[in-house]
Amino acid sequence: MQANPAITAEVLEQHNLTHAEYDRILSILGRSPNLTELGIFSVMWSEHCSYKSSKLHLKRLPTQGPQVLQGPGENAGIVDIGDGYAVAFKIESHNHPSFVEPYQGAATGVGGILRDIFTMGARPIAAMNSLRFGPPDQPRNRRIMEGVVAGIAGYGNCFGVPTVGGEVVFEECYSQNPLVNAFALGLFRKDRIFYGKAVGIGNPVIYVGAKTGRDGIHGATMASAEFDEASESKRPNVQVGDPFLEKLLLEACLEAMKTGAVVGIQDMGAAGLTCSTCEMGGRADTGIEIDLARVPQREKGMTPYEIMLSESQERMLLVAAKGREEEIFRIFRKWEIDAVAIGEVTGDGMLRILDRGREVAEIPNRALTDEAPLYRRPVAAPARVPPSPTPAGALSNDWGKLLECFLASPNLSSREWVYRQYDHMVRTNTVQVPGADAAVVRVKNSRKALAMCLDGNGRYCRQDPRVGAQLAVAESCRNLVCAGARPLAATNCLNMGNPEKPEIMWQMTQVVEGMAEACRALGTPVTGGNVSLYNETLGEGIDPTPVIGMVGLIEPLSRLRGSWFVREGHRVVLLGPLVGQPTGYSSAVRHHLARLQPSRGNGTDLYTGWVGRLPCPPLDLDLEVRVQRTCREGIERDLILSAHDCSDGGLAVALAEMGFSRFGAGTLGADILLPPTEEVGEVLFAEYPSRILVTVEEENLVALEKIAALQGVPVTPLGRVVPEVLSVRRPGSVVLERSVVSLEEIWRNCLGGLFADPL
Amino acid sequence: MKFGVLMFPGSNCEHDAYHAIRKVLRQPAEFIWHQSTDLKDCQAIIVPGGFSYGDYLRTGAIARFSPVMGAVRRFADRGGLVLGICNGFQILLESGLLPGAMLRNRGLKYVCRQVSIRVENARTPFTGLAGEGDVWNIPIGHMEGNYTLDTDAFQRLERNRQVVFRYCTPHGEITADSNPNGSAANVAGICNPRGNVLGMIPHPERASEPLLGSEDGVRLFQSMIQSRSQV
Amino acid sequence: MRARVYVSLKKSVLDPQGKTIHHSLQNIGFQQITEVRQGKFFEIDFASELTREEVQAEVEKIARDVLTNPVIEEFSYRIE
Repeated sequence: MQANPAITAEVLEQHNLTHAEYDRILSILGRSPNLTELGIFSVMWSEHCSYKSSKLHLKRLPTQGPQVLQGPGENAGIVDIGDGYAVAFKIESHNHPSFVEPYQGAATGVGGILRDIFTMGARPIAAMNSLRFGPPDQPRNRRIMEGVVAGIAGYGNCFGVPTVGGEVVFEECYSQNPLVNAFALGLFRKDRIFYGKAVGIGNPVIYVGAKTGRDGIHGATMASAEFDEASESKRPNVQVGDPFLEKLLLEACLEAMKTGAVVGIQDMGAAGLTCSTCEMGGRADTGIEIDLARVPQREKGMTPYEIMLSESQERMLLVAAKGREEEIFRIFRKWEIDAVAIGEVTGDGMLRILDRGREVAEIPNRALTDEAPLYRRPVAAPARVPPSPTPAGALSNDWGKLLECFLASPNLSSREWVYRQYDHMVRTNTVQVPGADAAVVRVKNSRKALAMCLDGNGRYCRQDPRVGAQLAVAESCRNLVCAGARPLAATNCLNMGNPEKPEIMWQMTQVVEGMAEACRALGTPVTGGNVSLYNETLGEGIDPTPVIGMVGLIEPLSRLRGSWFVREGHRVVLLGPLVGQPTGYSSAVRHHLARLQPSRGNGTDLYTGWVGRLPCPPLDLDLEVRVQRTCREGIERDLILSAHDCSDGGLAVALAEMGFSRFGAGTLGADILLPPTEEVGEVLFAEYPSRILVTVEEENLVALEKIAALQGVPVTPLGRVVPEVLSVRRPGSVVLERSVVSLEEIWRNCLGGLFADPL
Repeated sequence: MKFGVLMFPGSNCEHDAYHAIRKVLRQPAEFIWHQSTDLKDCQAIIVPGGFSYGDYLRTGAIARFSPVMGAVRRFADRGGLVLGICNGFQILLESGLLPGAMLRNRGLKYVCRQVSIRVENARTPFTGLAGEGDVWNIPIGHMEGNYTLDTDAFQRLERNRQVVFRYCTPHGEITADSNPNGSAANVAGICNPRGNVLGMIPHPERASEPLLGSEDGVRLFQSMIQSRSQV
Repeated sequence: MRARVYVSLKKSVLDPQGKTIHHSLQNIGFQQITEVRQGKFFEIDFASELTREEVQAEVEKIARDVLTNPVIEEFSYRIE
């Protein structure tokens, strides 16, 4: 064992270990750890790797279903899509690194999630990302966003995976805590799945990929602590991504897997070599012995501590069948990538680290993984948000101007400025490009396509974390259903504040509860995900922000639907309630509508201010299920020609969006007649869930109404598709009338305008 | 007609080109590794898009030293058809098989979108089935498509009718607004004087099926096939 | 021995990155700038047994044939 510097309180604090945790280490080892061992414990027991605050709660999520081939616990979840095909997918956060260095933080986030997918043997065929920043009128927020978007583009485009969708949200609470959640999905044959297990005593452990440098040492513990001013100095530790190398690594790994000589494989992500060795051993109940002298190194004089904790990117660890190493080495030579046997699988369950044959660390694998501490941290509900104000005064009635203001909001406007920077077409599978309710990639040589989307809503989760999480799940399923898909399963990323605060833990329990309820109701088990805690800077936390990644199957591909008007003359129909039951929500909507003073061009983001004040709308999960079922059946029976979810900005924004032009097709308008009974503003702008706008041929309306009646779902024929103009009327009066071209211009130019000036 | 699709480390559109040739055009196709000098009796070579060598140093700069590029040059000298798409175009420029160079896009950002291009010369083996002035809808996806060449050489290029495609409006007008990257005179694709080597920034393989939003790219591949069946 | 090679766009070629940086610098208050050109910088270490003349010949060849595209770029270098 190496010389043992004193483990002082200060050393423990630097490693984010508590005294209780240190006592546990002492009892596991039966002796004091050396610094390398302490470092290994600290990263494996960090929140990021161990999920110690969230794990007990996450167990409440539904994870089973006939379609699920692999649930949580592996590198990614796997779902059966039939005919021998399966997809692996997962979402993961890279929030903290993206705040420290936006370009590289986001880029390496993409790199990490792609490795999670191909380490299972699947070829990544689609990527998405969910991004949250502070308001874009502040230059600092714009700089972070520019860097993040460029980083995602730089990595994904070079790697050759299409970035097909996602979301971008602006809220003040993300100014100091931007969220960057990266999702990837891969396709493979279901009999070719690889796992991160170190099986077979005596099998060689092989290191492949980039050389190890001093990158990101202690990134995993950094992602588990709040930011303060001193964190600025952590900048040099940021990892730098090499997408070119990752592309070669992908090709080499997939080729090596075909030989049959690979028995287990795992990527080196956070906590690098430490995490991959002990997790592979832990899952297989084996030990692993490696010699660090054999690890390819980029820098001179690295200590065992540094090598074990380095987070250099684009590295994998694989276990080969003994005697077949050369087959693997040959393939990695062809792709000009390092591949070196650094140790072997043992039978004693220990992680044993040697340095030129001298032992520098020895820890039971399972102590680092399954037996990491778990906390049931104190939970306390915060004081309730004060009740909504009572309705006041006459409603403002310049609805056309209000719609323009909403469309000019950075939160509702076109995301083209973002997705134009992403190659969303490479691999020639993208049959629904960004901008629709869901992204869709086809599966070549089959009748299948995969629909996917990411949804979150921090602002509603702040009001009511349980219902907010339900709304996020419901919306993501609704988006897939609109595209013609059957939702299969979900992945999720829980972005929260500091779990040591009881009210944050309360948010987490509520969010998990809501997600579990909605996923159960909608039949979409959760196959994995990621928890990102400590999203706080100087004590300021984010809204609890669960991001749901939903994946669905479209089969046959002819069921694919767009979310826009197809042709003049089609009927425009609303599935679901025109307004919800009278509740605190609807009275708050009316109250705030009365105070909205639409005035274009003064730069205020009216929409974001407005929804920020609204309470979380109620969700009737049972009705939601029936609305989605009606939409699916309408598509399956070829009645529904297009479908668009009414969500952010309400019905009016959804109607306008359905008419906007796409490449090679002009704009279309709609002539809408509202029933006289309801409050106009509430119908048009409230964000009631469980509503889908669809278009049908005139003669199919009755058949659709019949399906809805059987499901007990309200249906309102609203009007029809017409050229050029969006007009909303009530009997005897015009509510709003605007040229769709002018609305589209407002909507399309918002982000581009904000980012026109570089630096 | 048998197509050869080159594979460099970092190519990422090679499977897309292969798919278009095999599944859409139903022609034989083979991948050719960058270390190889054997073009396997292919009658046309596609230098595909992507990020060969990560686009490090300059786009296409390292790929040109690959052994396969020597074979491609000899193949082109004998009159063989060579099509460079996007990064493939950049490799052909770096290799000197086509004149000029690429700068960073005018907007300094990667651009991925559908554009319109106008066929400026329908008498090449790549455009024989198109009419001059035809407008194609076709995707682009690149960071460096801002074509440049010194004035004299550019005039020669124009005089020789080597400009094969230009960016245009959906109605076929050549305007500054329809130029997505700042390319000189809206150039989207050029050929060598003999006409057998074409480089283009837009991706015909991404416009080869109605499902993908356009099949205008198919006419380019069909033109190549037809040009050789007439020989 | 170490060679430092600087590659930049030729004066006659528009440098969109340099231009943008220039514009932005002016916007944030650096008014006295007349031009910005962006380029690349390489450090190349040579084996110690080479003479200065040999290194110089190598550097020129590398810079000309690999590091620059003569259509748009030019180079200069220093040997230390």
